[in-house]
Amino acid sequence: MKSVENILPKLVIAPGFILGFAFIYGFMIWNGVLSVTGSRMLPNYDTFVGLDQYVQLWQMDRWYVALTNLGIFSLLYVGGSMAIGVFLAIFLDQKVRAEGLLRTIYLYPMALSFIVTGTAWKWILNPSLGLEKLMHDLGWTSFQFDWLVQSDTAIYCVVIAGIWQSAGFAMALFLAGLRGIDDSIIKAAQIDGASLPLIYWRIILPILRPVVFSTVLVLSHLSIKSFDLVMALTNGGPGYATDVPATFMYTMSFTRGQIGLGAASATMMLATVAAIVVPYLYSELRAKPHDR
Amino acid sequence: MIAKHWPRLIVYGVLVVAAFFFLIPMYVMIVTSLKDADQIRSGNLLSLPSGFNIDAWQLAWSSACTGVDCRGLKPYFWNSVSMAVPAVLLSTAWGAINGYVLSMWKFRGSEVLFGFLLFGVFMPFQVVLLPMSQVLGFLGISSSISGLVLVHSLAGMAGTTLFFRNYYTAIPRELVNAARIDGAGFWRIFWRIVLPMSTPIMMVTLIWQFTNIWNDFLFGVAFSGADSKPITVGLNNMANTTSSVKNYNVDMAAAIIAGLPTILVYVLAGQYFVKGLTAGAVKG
Repeated sequence: MKSVENILPKLVIAPGFILGFAFIYGFMIWNGVLSVTGSRMLPNYDTFVGLDQYVQLWQMDRWYVALTNLGIFSLLYVGGSMAIGVFLAIFLDQKVRAEGLLRTIYLYPMALSFIVTGTAWKWILNPSLGLEKLMHDLGWTSFQFDWLVQSDTAIYCVVIAGIWQSAGFAMALFLAGLRGIDDSIIKAAQIDGASLPLIYWRIILPILRPVVFSTVLVLSHLSIKSFDLVMALTNGGPGYATDVPATFMYTMSFTRGQIGLGAASATMMLATVAAIVVPYLYSELRAKPHDR
Repeated sequence: MIAKHWPRLIVYGVLVVAAFFFLIPMYVMIVTSLKDADQIRSGNLLSLPSGFNIDAWQLAWSSACTGVDCRGLKPYFWNSVSMAVPAVLLSTAWGAINGYVLSMWKFRGSEVLFGFLLFGVFMPFQVVLLPMSQVLGFLGISSSISGLVLVHSLAGMAGTTLFFRNYYTAIPRELVNAARIDGAGFWRIFWRIVLPMSTPIMMVTLIWQFTNIWNDFLFGVAFSGADSKPITVGLNNMANTTSSVKNYNVDMAAAIIAGLPTILVYVLAGQYFVKGLTAGAVKG
């Protein structure tokens, strides 16, 4: 009886874990294998080409565009969401009326699909009927806002919509962090004559460092995975001006018939995420036993 | 006295302006969906519709075209429902069992196992797209709703396991130990003690999974066939159709329809939604 009790838990989770690990690590390896084959329209495991796909990838102009866009997007999206999020959290933390309502308003975009918000922003940022027309109607006739259709500015439209979607999320995380801080710290500093902004900058934000870390982690991994927003807002266009690695991977694999190349770009994405996440997971899991 | 009130005014001013920034797109979607083509051309983003015109909504729901298919969003909506419901239930049940074992029946190496599983929460799903489409092909369920259910259940398992495991670690061990001394076994403890205490985390996980799966686009666009496209794909195809006349009012109505289920969940179960978001973000 004892032995059954001992192996039962393992038996129960085994199927899930086997499938889960196959899904995560098995497919990771499988994708890696595909990336060293010459697969085009269909997977072709007989044509080993070594690192050719990677060499080709890194020689593609389009891949560089995708990487540059990812850089611009990540930096501004993570930075912008965090900056707005932390400000809103601090302001909301000043014992304001209707806090619940305001929080609800700031956070609701997060419940929506990027496809939904992308569709909405596409209409707002539309040069001839959207924001530009509104400004003209308001009397500012020289106002011009055609970022969405210009290849060198379209990516910033993706940033605007992305920040709109995620700033409330950053706010929620920071607010939760702020609520965990003892009020007496602020009181004590105020008695010492420190101004409120200074208190937040010098005392509160440093205490919030773990929250800052996890927010950066989550937002930056979201930005590397970002696919839907670009697809809905610009479809990667004009041309491929707003391509990011995620849309690049999809286009190569599913519409261009370049499976090997698509797999190689997926591996690059994986490497980037792993570089950010693995150290974090490692430190989190190592710290665990001591906490409990 | 006025000087004393300045900071409060600034605080409220900033908060209200921010609220407008977040609300305007929703406002624009709603008013645009109630306008007809003439009003869209003559008015502007913020102008109110001249009447309560729900033609665009009817079109979006039942007869707008995506490509050659002119059945509106209705079939896509039901595809999403029949994909999300089983996938949400399956991945949640899976996470509950996994979390239960990983927190209360720890064995040597279970922490390491958990750590490896955790990477699945962060992994860019682009890596699994190509192998998965092959596997779905082998299984004969590519381009079907059951294929999508399988993918979402697998993709969601790491996250749901994380939620339940973290929640269960906080349950006092004495409770379980006492039950064990009384002779309760693995399943009995789960059904009688652990599960009845799980309502809060169950809610969080169900809502989290529902929003994720309902809102998914990547798997939907990569793995669905003509008759199994989820609503996000339907909406995107509708809004990105390159036809001569763009019906922005129909697009906006369609976008609202696609967002309605998750917005409803957010409004009705907001606190659990926020808990899910923050739990998914901060805990490791």
